[in-house]
Parts: sequence; C-alpha cells; structure tokens
Amino acid sequence: MPAIELDHVSRHYQKYSAKHRFQTFKSAIDKGDLFKSLRADEVVAAVDDVSFVVEKGETFGLVGENGSGKSTILKMVAGIAKPSAGRLSVQGKVSALIELGAGFHPEISGRENVFINGIMLGLTKKEITKKFAEIVRFAELEDFIEAPVKTYSSGMYMRLGFSIAINVNPEVLLVDEVLAVGDAAFVPKCLDRIDDFRRRKKTILFVSHDLSTVSKICNRVAWIKSGKIKMIGEPKRVVDAYMQDVTEEQEAEFRDRKDEAAAVAVPSPPSEGKIATPAPAAAAEPVPAPADERREQRWGKREIEIRKVVLRNGRGEEKHVFHPGDVMLIEMDIAAREPVKDFVFGIGVFTSMGVMCYGTNTNLEEYESVSFAGEGKVVCRIDELPLINGTYYLDLAVHKRDGYPYDYHRNMYSFLVSSMIRDEGVARLAHAWEFSPEIGIKSPVKGTETP
Amino acid sequence: MKLADNLKEVFKHRLLIRTLVGRELKARYRGTVLGFFWSFFNPFLLMVVYTVVFGFIIPARDESIGKPLAYAVFLFSGLLPWTWFSSSSNDSANVLMVNGNLIKKIMFPAEVLPIVSVTSNFVHFLFGLPILLVFLILFGKPLTAYIFLFPIVVLVQYVFTLGFCLLISSLTVHFRDIKDILSNLLTFWFFSTPIIYSFGSSVFKDRPAFQQILSFNPMTHIFTAYQDCFFFGRLFHWKRLGITLLVGLILFWIGYAVFDRLRDSFPEEV
Repeated sequence: MPAIELDHVSRHYQKYSAKHRFQTFKSAIDKGDLFKSLRADEVVAAVDDVSFVVEKGETFGLVGENGSGKSTILKMVAGIAKPSAGRLSVQGKVSALIELGAGFHPEISGRENVFINGIMLGLTKKEITKKFAEIVRFAELEDFIEAPVKTYSSGMYMRLGFSIAINVNPEVLLVDEVLAVGDAAFVPKCLDRIDDFRRRKKTILFVSHDLSTVSKICNRVAWIKSGKIKMIGEPKRVVDAYMQDVTEEQEAEFRDRKDEAAAVAVPSPPSEGKIATPAPAAAAEPVPAPADERREQRWGKREIEIRKVVLRNGRGEEKHVFHPGDVMLIEMDIAAREPVKDFVFGIGVFTSMGVMCYGTNTNLEEYESVSFAGEGKVVCRIDELPLINGTYYLDLAVHKRDGYPYDYHRNMYSFLVSSMIRDEGVARLAHAWEFSPEIGIKSPVKGTETP
Repeated sequence: MKLADNLKEVFKHRLLIRTLVGRELKARYRGTVLGFFWSFFNPFLLMVVYTVVFGFIIPARDESIGKPLAYAVFLFSGLLPWTWFSSSSNDSANVLMVNGNLIKKIMFPAEVLPIVSVTSNFVHFLFGLPILLVFLILFGKPLTAYIFLFPIVVLVQYVFTLGFCLLISSLTVHFRDIKDILSNLLTFWFFSTPIIYSFGSSVFKDRPAFQQILSFNPMTHIFTAYQDCFFFGRLFHWKRLGITLLVGLILFWIGYAVFDRLRDSFPEEV
C-alpha cells in the first residue's frame, strides 16, 4: 500500500522583478487591479512533473544538489506548500523534521515550548503530558527544562526540537538534513531512533547530503536534478550515478577553466620544421611545484605528442568515478612526426592538495625504448585503486631518459574515487582487524552492497 | 462553501489558538516583576491620569456626560475597547512576518495568527474591565442591568476587528507600506469615533451633518453601544448595532476571502 504518492506533481515559484518588489499599495491601486499586480513576472519550476510512490514501511531517500527541489518536495508532502499541478496523496499522520524547534518562543520555558510545539505538530495535551518525560530525557535537558528557551545553546535547541518531532509518533516521517547540526553524540542517537522507525515499518522520506547514510538506511533512492527525477531505484546505484554526475560537472567546469588557461600558457602545436615558441621557463625542468602552484599546465616541444587521454573502467567504458576496488585504465593516444628512439612514458597521481600518491614511469620499471613513429596507443592498467574518497589529478608525460620533455601534461585529467569509508590519509593500506575474544566489539553491519 | 471549510479547519485548531494566546500573554510579561498584575496596572494608571487631567485641569463641557470626574470614566469606557482594536490591528500588520518561520516550516492554517492577535488583545481588554467597573462605581452614573448586554457589543467588535485584521495581515505581506498607512489611519479613525466626545453631544445639535457623517463609521455605533452599557446605563440602539454587525460580517467575509486568495504566497513572501 502506498504511503506517499506523487502523480505528475509540479511546483512553480513566482519570481518577481526587483521593480515589483518595491511596489507600494498606492501604485497598485493606481494601476487598477490589486491582484493583477500581484501576478508574477516569471514562473520558475522548482519541482517539475515528478512522480513516485513510496510504499508503506519503506525508507525512501532523495539526493541532489542544493536547489534541485528536494526540500520543496518534502514541504509539499508535509502540506506546507501546495503543488501547482498534479496530485499528491499521503496516508497517515505526517511529522516533519524539517526545521527543528520552529515556533519555539524564546521567552518562555522549555516545558511550555514542548507543549506548544507538540500542539503545533498535532498532538493533544494529554498525549504530550504522557510523553513529556520521554521527550525531555531524549533531549537530555532534565536540568534545563524550566529555563527559558533563549538561554539554550543551539545544540540544546535542536535536541529538544528533534525530540518533540520524533515523539509525535507519525506514520510518515520526513527528515530534511536535520542531522547536519547535531553533535557527535546526538547524531547516532537520532539515527538510532530513525532506525527504530524503520523496524516498526513506518514510512520515512529522507533528504540528506550525507550520501553514505542515505545509501545505508534507504530502501530506494531518487535523484532529483533541476526539479526533475533523474533516476530512481536501488540506493548504491543511484548515489553512484549522482556522484558521477557531480564529478562530471566539476570536470566540465575544470575543463572550461583549463581552456582559458591554455589559451595563455600553452603554445600552439609546432608546425613542421619550425621551432616552436619556447615553452614556459619552468617547463625545462619538470620539478613538482609546491602544492598551491600545481596548476593545469602543458609543456614540451611535442616530438612525441599525447593527443588524447581517456580513463576507462575494467569493461572499457569511459569513466570518471571509480571505486577503490575498480580497475582503471589510463589510455593515451600518442603520435610522433619523426622516428624517436629515446622515450619514457610516465604517470603521477596527485591528491587535490597536490600530494603525490604514486608516480612511476617506464624507465624506472626498466622498459627500454627502441623506436616509435606515426601513431600509437599506450595503456596503463591499474588493477586496484587503494585510495581514499576524493578527487585525484593525473600527470602524464612522454620524455627522454634524461628528463627532457616531449609532452608533459600536468593536472589536466582528474578522477574521483568514491568510497563510503571515511578513512583518512593518502592511500588505503590493505588491512584487516583481529580482536582477542575478551574485547567486546561488533563488526560493522554491511549496508546495501552493489549487486 | 470555501468559508465554511476554512472555519471548520480553524475550529480544528482551537487548541493551538488557545495555546498560542496563552503563550502570547505569558511572554508579554515574562521577566517583569509584577507579571500579570501589569494587565490591571496599565489601565489603572491610565485611568488615574485621565481623572486628574479631565477632572481637575481641563474640565469637559459636555452636559450629557455630567460632572468632570465622570468624563474620565466616560473616556475610559471608550478607550479600553479602542485599545483592543488598535493593538490588534497593529499586531496583525506584523504577525505573518514575525511568525514567518512557522508559516514556512509547520503546517497549520495561517489565519490562526491574526486570530491569536485579536484574541490575546481581547483578553487584555477583559483584564481592564474590573478597573473600569471600579471607577464607574466611584465616579460614574449608577450602574444598571444594561451592563450585562455588553457581551453583545463585544461580539460585534470581535467580528469587525477580526475581519479588518485578516485583511490587514494578508495585504501587508505584499505591501509593507500598510504598516505606516495603518498608524495614520488609526489616529484619524480614533478621532472620527465618539470616544473623547459623545455621539449625543449638544455640539451636534447645530451641526447635524457631522453626526450624519459619523454614523457611516461602523465604530461609532460599537462605541456608542459600549458607552450606553457602561456609562449611561441604558439600552443601546440595537438597530444601528445590528446593521454594524452586518457590516462587520461583510468585512469579515471580504477579509477572509482576500486572506485566502493570498494564502499560498505567504511562505514565499514573508
């Protein structure tokens, strides 16, 4: 049985021009029609023709960038905003963890605010009296409940708000990014309570930027982009697609910036026989610059030229987002106008901070160059990427054994390693934990895995 | 019917209204030493000032009111309900903006907010009544049984005020100028209502046109009725008050319609 049903739902927001905003009552009357002047100049669709069904007992996630329309959907489900078009139905009592403690009055005590807030959320006085002790205990505010709310810290404020909302005991719980403000001790408690809701087969609609939590607790996830559903389905798959998209957008932006830089820094490829304009002075020696100076650059006279670089996964598909266990192929199309005998291919992997994670070349690995002319392809196969979550940049180069560069690409290619584990450092060392039986410790509960 | 549905929805939220009115009243005197006592003390001090000024310094000339000390009581019997009306209007002009976070984040009918403004000011009005009674007994004309009719006048004023406040609160969201217009309008309205003078004053004998104009002001009949109940101790002009109630109902209907029409724009505009 569906708990939440959205059927071609749209929500338009009216955008008023700056001129309208300062319009006065008088000028509205002068122009004649009061209501006509209230009409918007432009309509923006925050949610555009969205349809999905959340079954009873399901935990459904919404992911997407800021401003993609997630919160608007949540507000419509909560009944705060009305859909401009389409049909929306919700079965059962809804409680929204949208803004915690909205409606707290600063001057009056925590106790009175619990009652007022509870009534706003649809509880009766009797129900609140019954749950009062539990609400206060969960918020850990036993000592402060008689103090005016204005004396609370923002954490106390949030805890009390969460505690009231969760005790409304709804059939449908809406959670919007509220866990972002909790402290390290309270967030697990909240997640625990949300988990409890899941076990009791309540419906949860969950919005968060914390993708690891989303893929851990949700049964299904929808990815919203610019007000439309881009993808809907199994959490891991949707979250991956979303992350890939984010990276691609970052890369597109990155590419734009690079093109601008290239127009200045990189000389045009030398035409035959002519000596190219000298490369930037720093180019003569490919010494890794300090982190903050690691800009995208390209230098070398291109006796051998790297024409195209593609990153692929093990199945040969072009990709930008990899998981730590994935195969990564770095494919370089190269070309030489004249036969060359002395050449070395090299790669370097850098973090976004400019720290080199790994670097190698064919010379170090004792390959001996013989000769090359015309066009060819070099593939470096990396069987696993034991790296932590983050963006990485590649240096790719063809140069002489003594270091003289033919074509050096610095920071021109990037990829993202998407990992749910929050470990730190430069690389992930393969490891395993072992505990003697005296140590009481639980192994992690595996979330939804990739099929 | 739309209005009926809306009213049903509001009725469902009566507990919320009651709680918010309570919150409003509690929050107003929170942190003061005298607390609720201020609700009596404020009108009492006002009454003392009027008694001194109009009883001893500038004695009023209106024969229909009687001796100068009585004038202060007469004035007070109009000022008390006027304070209810003007404070409600001023509060309503801000109420949707002040509670913007509620409208944006929690689902409940927004008209609850102006209703709470009008109602909490009404409670303050009630707190002032004992003071009025005490001074009526001390300086005024003898009380009569007609005083028990005043709840009818209160009802008429409540409907009228609520209609006005619904209109004001929803329009101010889009036209913030209304706040300034309102304060001027209220001053003008105050003097066009028989509060500091009486509707039956001998001044109007020579200038009946004035009286004619005044009778187009619905407030005239409400306040005359208050004075009849409290001060003069006679039956109010029930036909005029009946028509005023009708006007109040129409204003309420218009105010609610405008409020309803603009309702969806509140979460974005407040």
